[in-house]
Amino acid sequence: MAAEAGKQFDPVRQFDIHKMVDIQVGKYDISFTNSSFMMVVAVAAICLFLFLSTTKKSLIPGRFQSLAEISYEFVANMVRSTAGRDGLQFFPFVYAIFMFILFANIFGLIPFFFTTTSHIIVTFALAMMVMVTVLIVGFWKNGFGFLKLFNPSGVPLILKVLLVTPLEIISFISRPLSHSIRLWANMLAGHIMLKLFASFGIAMAVGLSGIFKIGAIAPAIMTIALTPLEILVAFLQAYVFAILTSVYLNDALNPGH
Amino acid sequence: MEADAARLIGAGLACFGMIGAGIGLGQIFGSYLSAAIRNPSAAKGQFGTLIFGFAVTEAIGIFSLLIAFLLLFGG
Repeated sequence: MAAEAGKQFDPVRQFDIHKMVDIQVGKYDISFTNSSFMMVVAVAAICLFLFLSTTKKSLIPGRFQSLAEISYEFVANMVRSTAGRDGLQFFPFVYAIFMFILFANIFGLIPFFFTTTSHIIVTFALAMMVMVTVLIVGFWKNGFGFLKLFNPSGVPLILKVLLVTPLEIISFISRPLSHSIRLWANMLAGHIMLKLFASFGIAMAVGLSGIFKIGAIAPAIMTIALTPLEILVAFLQAYVFAILTSVYLNDALNPGH
Repeated sequence: MEADAARLIGAGLACFGMIGAGIGLGQIFGSYLSAAIRNPSAAKGQFGTLIFGFAVTEAIGIFSLLIAFLLLFGG
């Protein structure tokens, strides 16, 4: 099915990158692509939403100001509960990451729009930003005491050297990997499934003959049922990315468990 | 065996990974439910932890689905 399905039903073509404006600097290709365009759209939408909804600054918020305040409080409570009061200095970072991933994921669900977070390089860049921030903050605040993260208390020395510290180091290095792959795989799998069920519907409607064409309603209903699930997953993945960011920042601010 | 056939078989085998994710999700929500029925007032406070636990467990299942998709549709 994969090889000969017919090019128009290929569920992976939706992730192709098309250049919109070709820009070459030396031997580096930094064209403005459909992916960059969707990132700009997401950031513009976030800024518009926040600016326009807080113009009135009323004490009792109207509907849109409520939305902006709810998103702010949601992320602030999350950061405060995982990273403590010191963690609040990273609130702008976590809020930006949460809103960007949320808007990028949701915009990808609109038909004919491109999902930026469905490319591993985008999610890996976000996860590496978090990892580099954690490393810099960890060593800045605690000096070499940051390495206490790999040195849990209450473990006998021989076990620590042989087993626990290598395992802790491996699990620390795998953090950006799992952080980025979780978001990427969720977005990729979700969109492939949507496209697959939609293509089943079209294939059935076109390929079956006569009365059996009504069978195409089944994949269509499945696509309709998948879409709210994908909206939930979009929100959930943004939330999980943000809360894991705060947990890692808490590790940087208070190392040693 | 041709490479295409092996890929399709591998994609099918990769879906076995989702068994673990299914069991894990059932565990998480089951224990949340049984504790919430005993102590409903404390259940609301832990809803965030529940959703977080759901997402990280689901991620493991999605990793295996990703391998299946890479085998089916990857270049």
